[in-house]
Amino acid sequence: MKPHTLSILVENRAGVLSRVTGLFSRRGFNIESLAVGTCEEPGMSRITIVCIGDDAQIEQVMKQLNKLIDIIKVSDLTDNERVERELAMIKVNADSGTSRSEIMQIAQIFRAQIIDMGTKTLVLQITGNTEKIDALETLLRQYGVKELVRTGKIGMLRGSKTVKSGK
Amino acid sequence: MKTGAKLLIEGLQREGVETIFGYPGGVVLPIYDELYDSPLRHILVRHEQAAAHAADGYARASGRVGVCLATSGPGACNLVTGIATAYMDSIPIVAITGQVPTSLLGNDAFQESDITGITMPVTKHNYLVKKAYDIPRILQEAFYIAGTGRPGPVLIDIPKDVSTGTVETDPPRVETVSLRGYQPTYKGHQRQIDRAVELLTLAERPLLYAGGGVILSNASEELVRFAEQMMIPITTTLMGLGAVPGDHPLNLGMLGMHGTEYANYAVTECDLLIAVGVRFDDRVTGKIDTFAPHAKIIHIDIDPAEIGKNKKVDVPIVGDVRNILGELVQKLQKMGHYQTWHEKIKGWKKKHPLRYKDDGKLRPQYIIQQLSALLEEDDIIVSEVGQNQMWTAQYYCFRKPRTWITSGGLGTMGYGLPASMGVHYARPDKTVFDIAGDGSIQMNIQELGTIAQYKIPVKIAILNNQYLGMVRQWQELFYDRRYSFTELPAVDFVKIAQAYGIDGIRVESRDEVQSALKTAINTPGPFMLDFRIEREENVYPIVPPGAANNEMIGGNNS
Ligand SMILES: Cc1ncc(C[n+]2csc(CCOP(=O)(O)OP(=O)(O)O)c2C)c(N)n1
Repeated sequence: MKPHTLSILVENRAGVLSRVTGLFSRRGFNIESLAVGTCEEPGMSRITIVCIGDDAQIEQVMKQLNKLIDIIKVSDLTDNERVERELAMIKVNADSGTSRSEIMQIAQIFRAQIIDMGTKTLVLQITGNTEKIDALETLLRQYGVKELVRTGKIGMLRGSKTVKSGK
Repeated sequence: MKTGAKLLIEGLQREGVETIFGYPGGVVLPIYDELYDSPLRHILVRHEQAAAHAADGYARASGRVGVCLATSGPGACNLVTGIATAYMDSIPIVAITGQVPTSLLGNDAFQESDITGITMPVTKHNYLVKKAYDIPRILQEAFYIAGTGRPGPVLIDIPKDVSTGTVETDPPRVETVSLRGYQPTYKGHQRQIDRAVELLTLAERPLLYAGGGVILSNASEELVRFAEQMMIPITTTLMGLGAVPGDHPLNLGMLGMHGTEYANYAVTECDLLIAVGVRFDDRVTGKIDTFAPHAKIIHIDIDPAEIGKNKKVDVPIVGDVRNILGELVQKLQKMGHYQTWHEKIKGWKKKHPLRYKDDGKLRPQYIIQQLSALLEEDDIIVSEVGQNQMWTAQYYCFRKPRTWITSGGLGTMGYGLPASMGVHYARPDKTVFDIAGDGSIQMNIQELGTIAQYKIPVKIAILNNQYLGMVRQWQELFYDRRYSFTELPAVDFVKIAQAYGIDGIRVESRDEVQSALKTAINTPGPFMLDFRIEREENVYPIVPPGAANNEMIGGNNS
C-alpha cells in the first residue's frame, strides 16, 4: 500500500468530476487529494488524484476509470521519473513581535512567501512536495495555525513524455 | 423547423427502433404528443419499472437495444431498479426520461429529481440534454454506447423546454460515432492468444467456464466448435445457460451455488480453466481461494476491468469473445483427448446426478421438466428470482442462446413478468413462459393489465409455495428454521388473472401438470397457471455462503 499519483485526462463536461469521485467512493477507494483544471488540450481537463492502495487495487481503479466514457486517458505517474508539486497557504498566529520574526525566518528557510500580513496573523504560501509542506506545518503549529488550505498534488512526467489523449 | 421531441422520435426510428415501453407524465407530454401519430409502437405499462424490464427483456431476446420512456421525478425513479438490473447483466437499453425545464433545474421544482446523478452508478453512461439541437447526436451516441463493447444501459434526460425547443435545420448526422474516451477492444492480443494455445496444449484436465458474455457476443457456435474440436467439457454460469445445448455431451450444466455437483467437482479438479465472458461472481466461485485451486486460468472478456478483479489469472485476453474463440479454433488444429479426465467426469455424472424426490407429489422440478419436454428449442423461458429461477436453471434443457431470460447479477424479483412482455415483442412468433414464485409475481403483478390490454400471449407459471421460498430455505438451513417474515398467505392467482380478463387454471396434483401446460400452450393469448407445489421443497445442491464449491449440501455426500 503506497500513495499513487494518477493523472487523468477528461472531457471538460458537466458532471465529469462527480463521475470520477463517485467511482472512487462506490468501489471503496479513498482519495487523498484531488486537483483539477483545464489543460493544454481544448475541451479537456486534467485531474490529478493521489490515492492509496496496493497494486491490484490501483490497477482496478484505473481500469474502472478508463471505462467512463468521459475519461480519455488515465496514467499512473508513480513509478516514473516525475515532478510533483503542491501549493499550500497557512494562516498562522503572529501577534507578538518575537513570533513574527521567527515565522518570517522559518518562511525564508522553507522558501515560503508571506502573502498577507495582518495585525495578528501572517499568511504563508509554500510550494513543494507533500513532505516539505508537512514539515512547515509542523514547525508552525507552536505559533497556532489558524487555517490551512492545500491545492492537492499535481504532477507531470519528466523529459518529453506526456500524458496525452489516445488511449 | 422541428421540435426536440420530433428530433427524438425521428432519431429513434433511424436507430431502427420499432417498439418502446413507457408511461406518460407532465414533462414528457411533448414527446407523447409526437408519439401519437408516429409509426413507433408504444406499449403503455402499468409501472415504469416494468418499462425498463420490458426494454431489457426485448434486448436480451433480440440482441438489439431496448428502449423505455418515463416522466421526470417519480417516473424516472421508478425506472432505477430496471436500469440497475440491466447494468448488472450488461444489457443494452436506452432509457429516456423527461426532466423539468432547464430554467427550474436545481430548484426542487415539482417532480424534479436528479436522475442523471441517481443513475450514474448503474448506467454505462448518461446524458442531461441542454438543447434540442443536441438530441440527434446524443441519441446516436447513446445507442452506440449501449450496444457496443460491453453492453449496458444509457439514460438520456430531456428537460421539457428541450423537447419543445426547436431547430431551424436538422443537425448533421455522422456516419459512425467516434468518441475519444470510448474505444472498446475487439481483437485479442496475439501474444496472449499464443500463450493460451500453449497452455491448452499442455493441459490434462481443461474446463471451459462460459457466461453471459458468450450470449452477448453471439459466440455460442464458436464456443461449441472450440469445445468439440478440443473435447473440452463446459460448465456455464446462470447467465450462460443456452450458450451450449443443455443435452450436449460435453455440457456439465451450471456451476456455483446451485450448480451441479459434477460441474463444481470439475472446477475444483481441473488444471486449466478457460473462462469465457464471465466475471468470477461470488455466487459462482464460492470461497474464492478454493475456486479452481489447481488450475491455470485463461480469461477471455471484452472488459479489461473484469480481468483480475476477483481472481488472479495467468493469461488475460481482452476482446470480443466471438473473435477470440474463432481465432483459437483456427490455431488449435490438434484435437485433445483427456481420456482419464472424461472418465472421471463421467463417474461424477453417474454418481451425483441432479435429482429430486419424484414421489407423486406436485414438485416444481417435475413441472419444469415437463415444460422442457413440451416446448420447442427456440421458445423462450423468462424467470423471476428465487427457487423458481434455480429450479428452472437446473431442470430446463436450454438448447439455444437467448432462450433463457433472467435477472442474474441484481436478482430482481418482479423482473420476469414485465421482461416477458419485451421478449414477446422481440420474438413474436415464439411461445414465452414466465416461471414465477408467488412472491416475485406480486412485485409487478399490475402488468397483467398491460398483458391483457395488448393481448400479449405470455404464459405465466407460478410455482406457488406460499413462501418467499428461497429466503425460507436459507432460514431452514442456516437460521434454525426460524421462518421470520417469509410466509405469504394463499392468493387465488387465477381469480386475479380473470379480473384482468386473462384465463387460468389452478393445478394441485402431479397428474394434472401435463394437460395444464398443454392448455396454456395451446390457448391463444396470455394464460395463467397457479401450481400449488410442495411448500417446503428446497433447491439442491447448495454451496453454503462462504463455503468452497465442493462443500455442497444436498448432494450424495450429505
Ligand atoms: C426486489 C427483491 N427483494 C428481495 C429479494 C430477496 N429475495 C431473493 S429470493 C426471495 C424470495 C422469492 O420468493 P418467490 O418469488 O415466492 O420465489 P420462490 O423462492 O418461492 O420460488 C427474496 C425475498 C430480491 N431478490 N429482490
